[in-house]
Amino acid sequence: MKQTIASILVMLLLFAAVPAQDASIAFVNAKIIPIVGQPIDKGVLIVKGGKIVAVGDVNAVKIPAGAKVVDLTGKVLMPGLVDTHSHIGEGSGADGSAPIQPDVRIFDGLNPRAGSLQRAQSGGITTVNVMPGSGHLDSGQTLYLKLRDGAMKVEDLLIYRKDGSYFGGIKFANGTNPIRPGGGNFPGTRAKSAALVREQFIKAQEYKAKIDKAAGDATKMPTRDLAMEALVEVLDGKRVVHFHTHRADDVMTVLRLKQEFGFRLVLQHVSEAWKVADEIAKAKVPASIIMIEAPGGKLETMDVSMTNGAALEKAGALAGFHTDDQITDSRWFLRSAALAVRFGMSRDKALYGMTMAGAIMLDMADRVGSLEAGKDADFIVLSGDPLSVYTHIEQTWVEGKNVFDRSNPADYLIAVGGFGAGSDQSFDLDCFDGDIQGGRQ
Amino acid sequence: MRKMTFVTKTLTSLALLIGFASIAFAQIAVKGETVWTMNGDPIKDGIVLVKDGKIEAVGAASTVQIPAGYKVITAKVVTPGLIDAHTVIGLNGYLNQPHDQMALDGSSPIQPELRAIDAYYAAEILVEWVRTFGVTTIHTGHQPSALVSGQTMIAKTLGKSVENDTMVPTAMIAVTLGPSALNQGGKSPGTRAKQIAMLRAELIKAQSAKPDASRDLKTEMWKKVLAREVPLLVTAEKAVDIMSALRLAKEFKIKLVLDGASEAPQLIAEIKESGFPVIVHPTMARPGGDRDSLSMETAGKLRAAGIPVALQSGYEGYVPKTRIVLWEAAMAAANGLKYSDALGSITIDAAKILGIDSKVGSLAVGKDADIAMYDGDPFEFTTHCIGTMINGTVVSSTVR
Repeated sequence: MKQTIASILVMLLLFAAVPAQDASIAFVNAKIIPIVGQPIDKGVLIVKGGKIVAVGDVNAVKIPAGAKVVDLTGKVLMPGLVDTHSHIGEGSGADGSAPIQPDVRIFDGLNPRAGSLQRAQSGGITTVNVMPGSGHLDSGQTLYLKLRDGAMKVEDLLIYRKDGSYFGGIKFANGTNPIRPGGGNFPGTRAKSAALVREQFIKAQEYKAKIDKAAGDATKMPTRDLAMEALVEVLDGKRVVHFHTHRADDVMTVLRLKQEFGFRLVLQHVSEAWKVADEIAKAKVPASIIMIEAPGGKLETMDVSMTNGAALEKAGALAGFHTDDQITDSRWFLRSAALAVRFGMSRDKALYGMTMAGAIMLDMADRVGSLEAGKDADFIVLSGDPLSVYTHIEQTWVEGKNVFDRSNPADYLIAVGGFGAGSDQSFDLDCFDGDIQGGRQ
Repeated sequence: MRKMTFVTKTLTSLALLIGFASIAFAQIAVKGETVWTMNGDPIKDGIVLVKDGKIEAVGAASTVQIPAGYKVITAKVVTPGLIDAHTVIGLNGYLNQPHDQMALDGSSPIQPELRAIDAYYAAEILVEWVRTFGVTTIHTGHQPSALVSGQTMIAKTLGKSVENDTMVPTAMIAVTLGPSALNQGGKSPGTRAKQIAMLRAELIKAQSAKPDASRDLKTEMWKKVLAREVPLLVTAEKAVDIMSALRLAKEFKIKLVLDGASEAPQLIAEIKESGFPVIVHPTMARPGGDRDSLSMETAGKLRAAGIPVALQSGYEGYVPKTRIVLWEAAMAAANGLKYSDALGSITIDAAKILGIDSKVGSLAVGKDADIAMYDGDPFEFTTHCIGTMINGTVVSSTVR
């Protein structure tokens, strides 16, 4: 008896010694949409150590000896979706004390165990930019996360660069959300909003000049200023500005600010993109749009159009999508692409917008967004065409690990909801943290 | 008299032309590769003849002749005009500003006397918006979020005027149970139990009102409820609230239409026994709050159990200001609701629940010629609505 237990223990140890992700897995016979490159009718995807080793036609790609083979006949396989703007994880950012707070990090206010993260996994989202709200001109630093399973702390979701730093951007907003007439130091008009932002960037330029002048001499460095440090990262191009903006005039204001201060920029929402698509394209600024099924809901989105995707494509601008969860639900993020196609965007560009465009916007074009050898093994398995309403996301894989499986009852409950699904997320529509709340107040 | 300017002349002749056009095309033949009449299987290569605003004939092309002089419209898929079984558009406008939000008056928790027709703006942008997706009839009115927020009404989405477009001026009384209709700071109702106590008190007051008493608008409405002329539209998500509603209906022998009802799958036997229909929450409604049990399979489960089910775009407080009921049905169809039942939930079954099935909801001879036309499977997000007809007139030909 003791021997049996001992041998079981040895076996367990042996298995544990060889982590599952070190074995090759070959996903075979699926229709593969690699996004970069042509779709493959009967394809193979080989994954090892969390990375894509090979992708190609069943007849062209050799399956390594000892690889675990997963037959996906009749299924569609494509890259995991990249959501460039979300509020999953109940993250918080700036408080009501000031309109511009670059020092505040969503890192310090995110629940890595929130149910909303699991729902996003079930929606096929593997990489996400979680942001604080839009009730400030700058509500703080954002985080780019991988929706890995079993996270106990935010660190478990971070994406690290080679130098050890983690990926993240910074959230800015203009238009009506940050405007609080009579709101103390908050702006009362659009012009004031722009002036306040310019003022901070000019301060940051001066701060940066001091750092440059110190040339590494610690005694000559300016006193540490967390807000300035973050804005210097922005000026240095290390931190991308995600600018919430709706109206065409607000979009143009953002483009003006970018021109003046040279920061790297992703336009977010861009409800009136169709009016200024050529200008966006000319400025070579990517736009992440949201597909909203009716105009309005607030004054500055009265002219929002579902043709934005088509207009940006026609103009030659890089267009991606986002959920703005809970404005739209992560679980049917793919619907955004389908609706964009309905309103004139090409199928290819719409799927590109769900994946590769987002990867480019988040500075991770070499890691995610397409199925190419060497990239992270982030992909989804679908029951059919990605744009069909009848298609279900059956599996989501992040870095070679399965994080969602529709055939697992617990995962199924997350995907479709139901008694006991519960909700870790409050019903605040987090995009705007002012007075208006969604729900039935 | 001032001379007619060029502009007014042009406008007048344009108006004449349009008038002429609508007379000229009073007779229309709608041809569809698939025609869903909602009475049995869909017809392949079907024809719907429309005359004087009504459906004149429906059938396969092999059996229905298109008479001379009929304008022919062709679509891949033809369905009855869609019915949104519960919305607040027309009362709540798309701008979401105080001046266009008229579906809730917060001055008192019980206001059955508030008529939807006194707040319905027929030409509101969202009414036009849903029309372009094939929605021809809406059950709209006061929103959920007060115990008794007011009346609902049924209108065609013609966008002309409340007088012209209304089918049923008082359809139901909107009641909301549960936390979303609670008041704070010591104001009633502050608890679930108080909500029911207040409703019982109102109904008992109406029961015992003397016939010679002076007119009271609230009592008049409650009497209609007690007479089963007007049902209560009870928005209740949690099982506890659904059961309270059923108990109330039993006590006062009143008619209910359950609304939202995300925990209804837990109470299938009870709801079935009551005989009341359910206007299920939008399939893609946001989970959370008292909707934490929300499921995309609610409609499918209830329908499979034989409970009459309709779908709705519901109430939205922010963005998007309205949903498209077609897509809520589409998602239900993708999550357990039979295809024909999903279509039924936004056509004939909705019409039956709303009591307007003698006029709309299916393509049958004598019914209003309300027709939606699509260039593919209406449920696919990539399909377009290519035309909408109400009362025999094409009211939208926007491809959307």
